[in-house]
Amino acid sequence: MSEAQKHVWEGAIPLQIHLHESEVTTLPPPPPALVLAPRLGYLPLLISLLKPQFSSTLPPGVDTIWFEYKGLPLKWYIPTGVLFDLLCVEPERPWNLTVHFRGYPSNILLPCEGEDSVKWSFINSLKEAAYIINGNSKNVMNMSQTDQVELWGSVLNGNLETYRRVASKLKLGTFEDEYMENVSSVLIKSPQSPGDTDVTGQVKTGRIPVRLYLWTVNEEFDDFEDAPQIDNWDKVSYINRPVEIYKEDGKYFSLNDAVKRILPEFFPENSFVTEGDANINQIEEGESSSDPGSSCNTLEIAEIKFVRVQGIEPILDIPFSWVVNNLMNPEYFLHMCVCLKVSKSNAVQ
Amino acid sequence: MDLQGAVKDIIAWDGTLSSSDFSLSAHTFSEKWKRFNPSFPPWQWIPCLKHHLVASHKVEGYLSLENMCHIKSSEEEESDRSLTWKEESNISQREEPFDNAALVCPEHEVNQYDFHIVYSATYRVPVLYFRSYHGDGQLLPFDEIEKDLPGHSAKLRSESKWTFISHEEHPYLNRPWYKLHPCGTSDWMKLLFNGDSSLNKKDFVIEQYLVSWFSAIGLVVGLKMPLEMLDTVVSNNS
Repeated sequence: MSEAQKHVWEGAIPLQIHLHESEVTTLPPPPPALVLAPRLGYLPLLISLLKPQFSSTLPPGVDTIWFEYKGLPLKWYIPTGVLFDLLCVEPERPWNLTVHFRGYPSNILLPCEGEDSVKWSFINSLKEAAYIINGNSKNVMNMSQTDQVELWGSVLNGNLETYRRVASKLKLGTFEDEYMENVSSVLIKSPQSPGDTDVTGQVKTGRIPVRLYLWTVNEEFDDFEDAPQIDNWDKVSYINRPVEIYKEDGKYFSLNDAVKRILPEFFPENSFVTEGDANINQIEEGESSSDPGSSCNTLEIAEIKFVRVQGIEPILDIPFSWVVNNLMNPEYFLHMCVCLKVSKSNAVQ
Repeated sequence: MDLQGAVKDIIAWDGTLSSSDFSLSAHTFSEKWKRFNPSFPPWQWIPCLKHHLVASHKVEGYLSLENMCHIKSSEEEESDRSLTWKEESNISQREEPFDNAALVCPEHEVNQYDFHIVYSATYRVPVLYFRSYHGDGQLLPFDEIEKDLPGHSAKLRSESKWTFISHEEHPYLNRPWYKLHPCGTSDWMKLLFNGDSSLNKKDFVIEQYLVSWFSAIGLVVGLKMPLEMLDTVVSNNS
């Protein structure tokens, strides 16, 4: 258990939640609810805190809780911390959200029937992650009812120790062990001896579950406060692509490499690797120009403005294995918010 | 030796596709559908690159079949739910008295369906997404969609511990759609191709993948495929 994992599991976002004015039937309107929401949690789970505070002022009808931020309905199946990282480019503290109990926007948001929907969304993501890592979802699908309840409970309660104990039964640590080995070799800086090379390991590729939320801008902004607002979900490309990692002696795979590999349409020189081509050409990363108008790097039509994971913006040279091992969500996905600057002539709004 | 190499190819194959092979297979499927299903709307390739970028990378996309109509009539309800799919988009071009009957008889509800075949990078197989709506554009809840499904699908759904149809967000359209779970696809696609020793060329397998895939998947949602689409002789001649 690393120190970073503890911090991630304790991560919380201060929310100031206002009841939407159309649902206020009393004067004066109820004060906003102040909630410290777990980063790894999901917004609908806050209903147990919000319902008591707002129920006396709600109009008659059936409760179906949903949230919005500046008019944008929030996708409940995205962890709270990821929503915050994506939508508050300049962190807003507290984060002001609006809660609704009526008028669910079912044409935009998937239906949510309380905690069970959130739980099954989580389990299905875990199942998908297991497939990515192991090539099958057997261990998740064969989870006992007891383990399922305990695993979900550990996520609900932010209990990292219980989580680690139950999650270890899923045997999803294969890539974790490998990349811990990679980290060791990077840190020690000792080249691997030929005897360490496993024949089957050469053929084997590691796949890492990644969900990337891509936001492209075509204007320059130096300060995050000047960043344009994400006011509809069509401005965000949700990319659900695993990262395939091949062991290469003496070379570590950086966060920068991972992001570019997931986005071959913006970083074409990495494209053939994502097609699973067995012949991996050695790619030399030229020094990327900070001048967007530069004629150098004509193949790179985009520039990474920032990559945000669990509320931090790691240096892009950091080993990807460290990012994965320490900043992964409980369903074994690494959620990354990426902002790309695309030159004006190439972007169509 | 070439034959043995090809056999090795098939045996080692895990039933999956790469993203570019999906595009290739989608083209073959779309052409065959157009050829053997002329009365139905075509499967169209929808590129989904949001920016017009000059890039060497192949543009990703998905196949789309839209405005399929499922007409619910009392006769069909009495029969064993053989679905009748009619083309809505050409309704103005047809002169059959049936259309007049549809207009005159409001008790015949018409549910429209959109189907998309999207590549899953996780499972490396195609995935069928669909949604359904009334003639006025209002989305159908799942219990109404369930009535439109063939009987064996409804039975399978009730028996399965893990649902095989779930409500999820369309990966490109940011809207709720229904999705057939793809997690077992590579296993049965592998079985499907291994069973036929004549299909031992890798290129052919890739090209034919989506046709074979749809012959099984389409049945789950009641979309029948003419057997001619599976005819390998025709494919070889073309």
